[in-house]
Amino acid sequence: MTRNGKLCWTLFSSTFKLSAGTFGGGFVIVPLMRERFVRQLHWIEEQEMLDLVAIAESSPGAIAVNASILVGYHAAGPLGALTAVAGTVLPPLLIITAVSYFYSAVRDHPVAAMAMNGLLAGVAAVVCDVVFTMGRSILAQHSFLAVFIMLAAFAAVRFWNVNIVLVILACGMLGAVSTMARRRKERLER
Amino acid sequence: MIYWRLLWSFFQIGLFSIGGGYAAMPLIQRQVVDAHPWLTMTQFADIMAIAEMTPGPIAINAATFVGIRVAGLPGALTATAGCVLPSCVIVTALAWLYYRYRGLDMVKGVLACLRPAVVAMIASAALSLVVLCFYGQRTLPADPLDADLIAVGLFAGSLVLLRAFKVRPMAVMLGAGALGTALYLLL
Repeated sequence: MTRNGKLCWTLFSSTFKLSAGTFGGGFVIVPLMRERFVRQLHWIEEQEMLDLVAIAESSPGAIAVNASILVGYHAAGPLGALTAVAGTVLPPLLIITAVSYFYSAVRDHPVAAMAMNGLLAGVAAVVCDVVFTMGRSILAQHSFLAVFIMLAAFAAVRFWNVNIVLVILACGMLGAVSTMARRRKERLER
Repeated sequence: MIYWRLLWSFFQIGLFSIGGGYAAMPLIQRQVVDAHPWLTMTQFADIMAIAEMTPGPIAINAATFVGIRVAGLPGALTATAGCVLPSCVIVTALAWLYYRYRGLDMVKGVLACLRPAVVAMIASAALSLVVLCFYGQRTLPADPLDADLIAVGLFAGSLVLLRAFKVRPMAVMLGAGALGTALYLLL
């Protein structure tokens, strides 16, 4: 197999497995992608991962699909993006196709509900784990602005139900303003 | 033609749902229940319940389900393609921009302020998941001690495995699902 073909196959099988494991909402893709693409394959870096999530959640469409496109594009260009989308879309497509023929049985089955509850506990732990790790790396920057943004964004999303896209836009503008202020200060000092 | 209508409807859903699955729900309802006679309100509620129990984005799950019902497997493929088409175009363009310009001072400054916000949003999602798994509902109950003890135990055990023993996330999730089923059946 050519190098590119092998790359696309790794991409496809990785995104397929990740997508099959994203129970409980789009953000669950973050710890799973971090494990696969940051820690195992070393395709992306820790900070880059957060940038990609920011882009993924402020773009139209599902976070999991968008994040896959970003990783796929980075790994192998537009073809990689398409490969990643195929890998991400296929598991739900197959599962729902199968489920659509006997969905009332699945929905009402007590064992399905039990498995779901157990799975959810694991999913919650996986997402909390990535939050602890990432939160600590933000605190380690010793930047007042970063800590302030983290707390304010949390309060905005959690308690005031502000739309995620608005929060991203506001933080982006804050970043632009603080960069301009820093440049101005540097110019004046010179 | 039915395929065009499926493609166009789910294209709009993919284009206008920004900010996660719960933002997509009303859009999906408008397209498949109100604007087209594809699902009844009960069927819509069913697919939303199924979507929460199966992996994958809600919009993709809905696209597959509606497509199958309306036009079989080709319908499911068409609806799913429509749903991801806006993402493919827009996010690929943004990926190109990001990798081209992320070295610029200004872009670096903006991204440095986005990262803490992203962590905050994941933290908020994590808290919602913990509440849902401890109490079986999305809001905190009047008595916070009235939690599902099996779920609390599984959560604590999973966290220890992840943080102290660095077990892989996927293994922890599947293990919690299997152990949870066994515990709920036995206790």
